[in-house]
Amino acid sequence: MTNSDMKTESPHEAAGEPLVRIRDLVYHRGERTIFDGINIDIERGKLTAIMGPSGTGKTTLLRLIGGQLRPDTGTVHVDDQPVSELGYGPLYELRKRMGMLFQNGALLTDLNVFDNVAFPLREHTQLNETMVRDLVLMKLHSVGLRGARDLMPSELSGGMARRVALARAIALDPMMIMYDEPFTGQDPISMGVLVSLLRTLTDALGLTSVVVSHDVQESLSIADYVYVISAGKVVEHGTPDDLRQSKSDWVQQFIQGKSDGPVPFHFPATDYAADLFGGNN
Amino acid sequence: MLNQLQKLGATTLGIAERLGRGHLFLWHVLSGFPALLPRFGLVISQLYSVGVLSLLIIAVAGLFVGMVLALQGYYTLVDFGATESLGVLVALSLVRELGPVVGGLLFAGRAGSALTAEIGLMKATEQLSAMEMMAVDPLHRVVAPRFMAGILAMPLLAAIFSALGVIGGYFVAVGLLGVDEGAFWSQMQAKVDLYEDILNGVIKSIVFGFVVTWIAVFEGYDAVPTSEGVSRATTNTVVHGSLAVLGLDFILTALMFD
Repeated sequence: MTNSDMKTESPHEAAGEPLVRIRDLVYHRGERTIFDGINIDIERGKLTAIMGPSGTGKTTLLRLIGGQLRPDTGTVHVDDQPVSELGYGPLYELRKRMGMLFQNGALLTDLNVFDNVAFPLREHTQLNETMVRDLVLMKLHSVGLRGARDLMPSELSGGMARRVALARAIALDPMMIMYDEPFTGQDPISMGVLVSLLRTLTDALGLTSVVVSHDVQESLSIADYVYVISAGKVVEHGTPDDLRQSKSDWVQQFIQGKSDGPVPFHFPATDYAADLFGGNN
Repeated sequence: MLNQLQKLGATTLGIAERLGRGHLFLWHVLSGFPALLPRFGLVISQLYSVGVLSLLIIAVAGLFVGMVLALQGYYTLVDFGATESLGVLVALSLVRELGPVVGGLLFAGRAGSALTAEIGLMKATEQLSAMEMMAVDPLHRVVAPRFMAGILAMPLLAAIFSALGVIGGYFVAVGLLGVDEGAFWSQMQAKVDLYEDILNGVIKSIVFGFVVTWIAVFEGYDAVPTSEGVSRATTNTVVHGSLAVLGLDFILTALMFD
């Protein structure tokens, strides 16, 4: 199915109201078009992967869903609320029910692991410290880092920092978590831990998960539904099996990681021989 | 020619836009002040990093400035046989001008640059974005306590600067140069006015604290989130903060002591 098909019917409408509904989204950064009328539905309780080459705007999409950016045209609805039209108060109320895992964890560097996970609880609840402690230890235990509670962020490996950030993201039991490139730069063991954590947390907590990634095999192994974005358009979407069987050369090149294909190896340039013998630059 | 005009127009628009953003930023930060009162611990911890950690440089600078003032003043006053007025000269110079101004310049260099770098790096490492996504407003949670701490710390630092300057001046005047101790203190007591001199100095230091901290936190928050961007923002804080202190000092002096 292509982007043009989606304008008439969203993929999950038959299965019930999606948690996130993006319609005809257009977003520019300066002169550059990041999204050119995309439509995406994120189904409740499912793990949806959004994939695409680097620089295609995947992180920007998460920021649009979280209301940190506003679309030029089009709409983003989260839990039936128009994110781009919400004022300060309602937007912050909505964000209390959303979690986001940043690429580098984005832990607060002046707080230790325990205080980082406790941060949203202390900011948004009136729980006493005993309750906060129990909740923090439960969240840390679920990501396997209860024993690291006293470490500072600078003492954590990249994978551990992301797991702490994950514990922080689920501290308030949100309805949805957005993961920004959770697998990038991980060693195989950390990668395996994160892949399994994402799936387990989604299922165990009934979360809606949105994973933005260009790590194809890891994303396909855990996703319920996948969108592939390129050049501001949704070029393909479906279940992981649908994607593996896609007839699109571009999609096949992307998921198999071929160096040449519809996306050429060489950046557009003048004739090679003419360039070599041409003189200046 | 047209190109030059276009550049001039673009630069002017850029400055106007940044000024506008700076004022909106200020309004948003100030609106977070009431919420800080029940959580004053946040301000206290920032008072430590903004104020206490600036103490050493302020104290040492104050001491030496007072000592130099006494030396230079003595060489001038001795020709007129008026060395008993050395205490007044030292105290008035410090309380009216050097305490707030040199204190403000040091504050911009020590605390202002640290604030900008800290907030800029928090932005570069997405900590501010993460707070936004946790429904915690970074302007209220991160910037407002630092802003309030800066406004509170600056008059205290300027007072300490002036007090240690007077002590430094005393050691040089009485201890080294043999000025009469009684004359040194009594003339100072008689000639330094609580409202005209001390209060105006305090007002100056509050204004400098407000402006330098505003520049510092805004530069950090508005920094391009790269190492180069944070470095440039830190430099801007020191340069713009220092110029603001000097420029405002002239205006305030003209208004206060006419």
